[in-house]
Parts: sequence; C-alpha cells; structure tokens
Amino acid sequence: MTNSVGIVIPELVAFETPLDLERGGSLPRYDLMVESYGTLNANKSNAVLVCHALSGDHHAAGYHEAESDKPGWWDHYIGPGKCIDTDLFFVISLNNLGGCAGSTGPLSINPATGRVYGPDFPEITVRDWVHAQARLADYMGIEIFAAIVGGSLGGMQALQWSITYPDRLAAAVVIAAAPRLTAQNIAFNEVARQAIMRDPNFFDGNYANHDVIPASGLGLARMVGHITYLSDIAMGKKFGRNLPRRDRDADGVNFAVEQYLRYQGQQFSGRFDANTYILMTRALDYFDPTVDGLSTLPDVLKSTICKFLVLSFTTDWRFSPSRSEEIVDALIQAGKQVSYARLESAHGHDAFLLPDAPYERIFKAFMSRIHHDLREVQ
Amino acid sequence: MISHSHQIPTWVTNNTRVLDLGCGNGDLLAQLVNSHQIDALGLELDPEKIAKCLDQGISVIQQDLNSGLSNFNDQQFDTVIMTQTLQAIRRPDLVMSEMLRVGREAIVTFPNFAYIRNRMQLGLSGHMPVNPQLPNPWYDTPNIHLSTFHDFEELCRTLTIQILDRDTSNLSGKRTWLGKVWPNLFGEVAVYRLTKEA
Repeated sequence: MTNSVGIVIPELVAFETPLDLERGGSLPRYDLMVESYGTLNANKSNAVLVCHALSGDHHAAGYHEAESDKPGWWDHYIGPGKCIDTDLFFVISLNNLGGCAGSTGPLSINPATGRVYGPDFPEITVRDWVHAQARLADYMGIEIFAAIVGGSLGGMQALQWSITYPDRLAAAVVIAAAPRLTAQNIAFNEVARQAIMRDPNFFDGNYANHDVIPASGLGLARMVGHITYLSDIAMGKKFGRNLPRRDRDADGVNFAVEQYLRYQGQQFSGRFDANTYILMTRALDYFDPTVDGLSTLPDVLKSTICKFLVLSFTTDWRFSPSRSEEIVDALIQAGKQVSYARLESAHGHDAFLLPDAPYERIFKAFMSRIHHDLREVQ
Repeated sequence: MISHSHQIPTWVTNNTRVLDLGCGNGDLLAQLVNSHQIDALGLELDPEKIAKCLDQGISVIQQDLNSGLSNFNDQQFDTVIMTQTLQAIRRPDLVMSEMLRVGREAIVTFPNFAYIRNRMQLGLSGHMPVNPQLPNPWYDTPNIHLSTFHDFEELCRTLTIQILDRDTSNLSGKRTWLGKVWPNLFGEVAVYRLTKEA
C-alpha cells in the first residue's frame, strides 16, 4: 500500500528513574511500548506525539506482521500524504502507563513483591501520563514537539501537555474531547466499572492469581461504552431493527444490534485487561486541568504558548460539541491562538477515528501549516 | 468576488488584535497580518473556507454570527471587522452592538441598496435588483436585511454609535469620485469606521 507506513516494529523503552504519581505512590521503574513512523529531522523539530484514548495503544498506524492484518487504530490519519503526514513528520505513539499492551501496568510484575501488580497498581492520572511522555521525549532527544495530537482521552492529554509543558510543543490538536467529565460521563464509566467488579471472576482485581479473567463483566463494560461512542443515527443506519445474522452465534439474540454488541464485548474482553479498564476510566473521571475547580479554565490556559486546533462532531453525545466549545471559549478568553470546527458527522464520538472529507481537509490544513511554520523557524 | 475596500487597511493599527466576522477564506486577515503584523482571528461557518483560513495560517472559529459573540470578553479586540455580511444577518442591530462591546472600533461594509443601479432596477422595471452586487433572486438570497447609507446612519444614532469615518467603494474595492460626493446615490459599497460613544 502506497499510503501506509507499512510494517512497524514496536520498541520497549525502559525507564529506571522512579516516577512520583499525582494521586500518591510512585513507580520505581517502568517500561513504555512505543512505535514511531517517519523520520526525525536533523534538528529534531518535526516530532508529533499521538496520544491514545481509553482503549487504544501504541499501534496507531501501519501493520505488525502482514498487510492483511488489521492496521493501527488511526491508520486513516497517519501515513504518507495523510493528515499527520509521515513524509513531513516523525510520529511517536505509545501505550500509556497503566495500559495492557506492553507498557508497565496492572499485568506487569511488581518489583516489590515479585508478583503481578493487579489491583495494587497505583492510580494513574492524565498528568502522570504527560510526565511519562515527557520523559520519553527526553529519551528520544526531542525538546519541542511540532504537535501533540489526540482524540477523546487523547485530546485531554494534548490539552494537559499545553498546560504542564507549555514550552515543549508548538501545537496541540484536541479532538472530540472535554475539559472535564460531567456527572453523566462519570456515571457511564461507573456502570462499566461495576459490571467488571461484580463479575464473580474479578476477585477484587486479583483474577490473575486465580487464572481467570472477568470476561463477562469486561464485555458488558465495553457494550455500555460502545453505545455511548455511537450515535442514534449511526446505529439506526447500521442495524435498524434488523434480525441477527444466521451465520454467527445468535443464541438468545433477537436483534442484529444485540449480536453486534455481544461480539464487540467478547472481542474486547479477549484483548483488554480489566484492571487497566478501571484505571483508564478513573483517569478520565479525575481529569480536570482546573485542579478540582481551584482555578478556572481560562486561568490555567493563560500559561500556554502553543497554537490550538479543537475539533468536535455534531452527533457526538459522549463529548458533545458544547464541551469542546468550553475549551475553545476558555482559550479565547485567555487570548490564545485557537481554531475550531464543529464537523457534521453521523458517527457520534467514534467519528474522530473514521474517514470524513471535511475533517481530513481541516486537520491536514492545520498540520501542513505547522510544518510550514517549522521550516520558517529553521 | 467582491474585493475588500481599500480603506480597511488604513484604519487598522500595527500590532493590534483584529477579529473578522464572516472572514471567508481569511484573505483580508492574511493581508493585514502581512502589512500590519496584527493578531488575527476569524469567525466563519463554511468548513471549506475554514480550511482555506488554516491553509494560510489564520486562526478561525466556526461560529454562527446569529448566535452572538457572548464567548468574547468586553473590549477584547482593537478592531472588529465585518465586510459584506451585515445584510445577511438576522439582527444587524444586535451584532453591531456586540461588535463594539468586544472591540474598541468596528469596520463595517455592506452593499448600498440605494445605489443608482438598484434604484433604476426597482424604480423603472419594478423588480427587485439582481446584479453583480446582489446576484441572488429575492426568494433565495442570503441578503435579508438590505439597507442604505441613510438607514445605516439612523441605526448608528439609535445605538449611540459614533461614525469615525465614512467612505464608499465599488465592487473592485476602489473609491469612485461620484461615490465620494454623493454616497447614498453613487456609492456601491458602504464602508464605515465606528466606535461606541463615550
């Protein structure tokens, strides 16, 4: 494929300096699973950091083995000639701390006990991720990112970067995000967590010691989440009131949408760790750049230096356009350089992952200009 | 394509904050960034025009002017510009007040409905004017609030808005001698610089 970054090989980067964590405790050491695409230029100014959402990982673009595999989760947006153009940029994507795709997380061995961390893995926040990502940047010799980009929880990381390390990024792209979660958002996450915790195979998070996984609870958590990522319109178009497919397991299933959700739940529980899911949703719930309302959003954004692009999607009800507009308005109040588009889409929250011509046009225009400005500085 | 009136750049000060309402492709702001090193922000609705703003490095917010400017602070800008958009807004009076709430000065341009060609078309043929300045038929036009120099100045008085400068231009953005002498009859485009009376 000409517009793919092709076969990529992830790299495990080890950090031996302890990392103090925002909500208490520390990690004595940790590993981050990292992928990169494109070439870092001589003065290391063309690096772009891609931050993943709740269930994402380091594999954002290209293929791991054969091109017949499923490509990375944002392959449509990362590659030669694409929005995040790997002919222009050196793109870094990592599995966040606490993840379950190779980075240190609940599935890793706790050096203090010699056993799997499981539920004892410390609580991680978006700020912790940003600090860990900054250390990864140090390791790679990148002082300033050309851009830090993310959708949903990934967008929150980009936003937090602009506040925590204002002089280390030239641009932040914040897509389908929110400045902090509403009670309704937290409620959805709590239902997902309860589904996991009430699974008899959860064992207070110590399921690894019992050689089981809380597959049913994790699957149910995913089903709830998945509904909130789709729009009513998209579900109506895709399933309507169709009957289940006969060629798939349809035990006790009355409608196609039920079959689909069960399938999604099963797939997810086979690849994702339940403790990580709890950890990631807690990080989402606690995300609040205003430090629990001690400050206002325009105030905390005053120290930012980078340019911002904020994007939202009309049918996204998990993080609706009005939530993105809170970020935009705060940036305007703070007198920052911000651009914003509310993109027409039928695909709900998931729209940030899917192909869409106006979305691509605007995203690419912004990124091209970032690269253009890079060349002017040199 | 209507060119921007030549007076606009002369009314903008170097290194100031400028907001352009209905900024289109961002051409005017890009020109002012170049000539006056302004801090530019545009508001635009059309996604393709937003992309064209971003192409030239102009910050732009997708926003409907009919919903107001409540997301901006009082006196946040030195100049708020609105070219050839006033006539397409649901409540021009409210937007004018908002422009001078968020900005120290405003620059407004609009098609003068009392321009001689419009008068001829309406007066002689008895039809709503359709011409290069107002190209759409009456039933399908964005231009729902057409006005004249006289009407506009009356509105300014009502809103206690002070007119700092008044000028005219033709569709190529140039001033015409006749338009200068008798704007309400020979001015094709009305061009105003405004501020709020103290």
